[in-house]
Amino acid sequence: MCLSIPSKVVKIDKETNSATVDTMGVQRDASLDLMAEDDVQIGDYVLLHIGFVMNKIDKEDALESLKVYREIIEKMDEEDRQRAILEDDECPNRGE
Amino acid sequence: MGLELKNFYDDFRDAKTIKAYAKVIKKDASELNRDINIMEVCGGHTHTIMKYGLPQLMPKNIHFIHGPGCPVCIMPKERIDHAYLLSMQEDVILVTLGDMIKVPGSHGSLQDARSKGADVRFVYSPMDCLKIAKEHPDKKVIFFAIGFETTTPMTAALIDTVIKKEVSNIYFHINHVTVPEAMAMLAPSKIDAFLGPSHVSVISGSKIYEPFPEKFNKPVVVSGFEPVDVMQSIGMIVKQFVEGRCALEVEYKRAVNREGNVMAQALNNKYFEQREHFRWRGIGDIAKSALKLKDVFAHLDAEVIYQDILPTQEIDDHKLCICGEILKGEKNPKDCKVFGTACKPSNPLGSCMVSSEGACAAYYKYGNLL
Ligand code: SF4
Repeated sequence: MCLSIPSKVVKIDKETNSATVDTMGVQRDASLDLMAEDDVQIGDYVLLHIGFVMNKIDKEDALESLKVYREIIEKMDEEDRQRAILEDDECPNRGE
Repeated sequence: MGLELKNFYDDFRDAKTIKAYAKVIKKDASELNRDINIMEVCGGHTHTIMKYGLPQLMPKNIHFIHGPGCPVCIMPKERIDHAYLLSMQEDVILVTLGDMIKVPGSHGSLQDARSKGADVRFVYSPMDCLKIAKEHPDKKVIFFAIGFETTTPMTAALIDTVIKKEVSNIYFHINHVTVPEAMAMLAPSKIDAFLGPSHVSVISGSKIYEPFPEKFNKPVVVSGFEPVDVMQSIGMIVKQFVEGRCALEVEYKRAVNREGNVMAQALNNKYFEQREHFRWRGIGDIAKSALKLKDVFAHLDAEVIYQDILPTQEIDDHKLCICGEILKGEKNPKDCKVFGTACKPSNPLGSCMVSSEGACAAYYKYGNLL
């Protein structure tokens, strides 16, 4: 139940104070009653929970996380490379 | 770089990133000459941890303790009996969220009530009550409200609409519970650190965990739901121990800030107040750990209106069930004698087997990975 899903806002209906959001190709309506007026705009990413928009996802912070992830993978790749070189150095058969 | 919706799904579940974090955690944990027990408070995290097999990626000295954060699992039998008894009233339509379908009380589940002729409806959103009430003006629609902080404001929004639109046939049975009080009750046990819930924190803000490092000396890292989030958060917790720090940190920055959704909080405060205490199934009484409608809204409160037919006597779980000890981190589902035999998701004896967010149910479903 507590699984709230990231979705993208594609339409806003001021009359009913609701938004149409896209969740990986599935479109649905969600109430904006828990959001401050004009806080949510088309193109925003939001979390959806039992029919309501619950908050806006911060794009900067999401991108920052993705950057950190890429760095950590690169670092791992680099460490693996270093280790491979080291192991190669230690190979007793080297030079024979 | 632009951001696409699929980034939120794919990148935060990326196997390579998970593996990279496993390495970092292993390296850091090897610098500690002690074990660390990390409680993931939220059932959603339990589900992620089991689904992606994260325990197998942990070094020997890092352990998960599965917490009480599944609103269905912690609902005591007597309250499920309330839902059942209300649904059996002649002129009542009982409405609740789908999670409640199979939870057994002492008379049976709501599914059983329905097969006996009760009008029980499982909805996606509390707002669906409005349509049902309009279609059945001669019936009383009772919304059986469940959930943690994440779900409370949605109930409050429905109450707000009911009052503003003067809908005269919707009533409420409130079972909303709150996380910090349960965490405080469990903190003195063998838990060394907490993985803070994702979406409870979206609503309440990370500030609700500030007492834990300060008062209980336990680090808290608020984590997102995806496996990469959980791995990064575990890494942050281990780092704190390596560096000798004890702090509240937020990994799930893209969705959580200190203050939370203040509009949702205001709506909650308008309609709800703390209960003196609430009994958590498997754990017991926790003071001020749940909400109820304020007295001025008693005319909407099904618990007040129907008090003559709703029993208050406590009903305990099966005596073989060790859910209470599991939720306190003292035992593991596999220690239970009837796990997977007499107790299964199709026939749950105890609370932790009821919902997919419960520890026993997660072990049952993904246990072959262990
Ligand atoms: S397996 Fe069933 S009986 Fe055993 S602890 Fe879990 S819920 Fe309780």
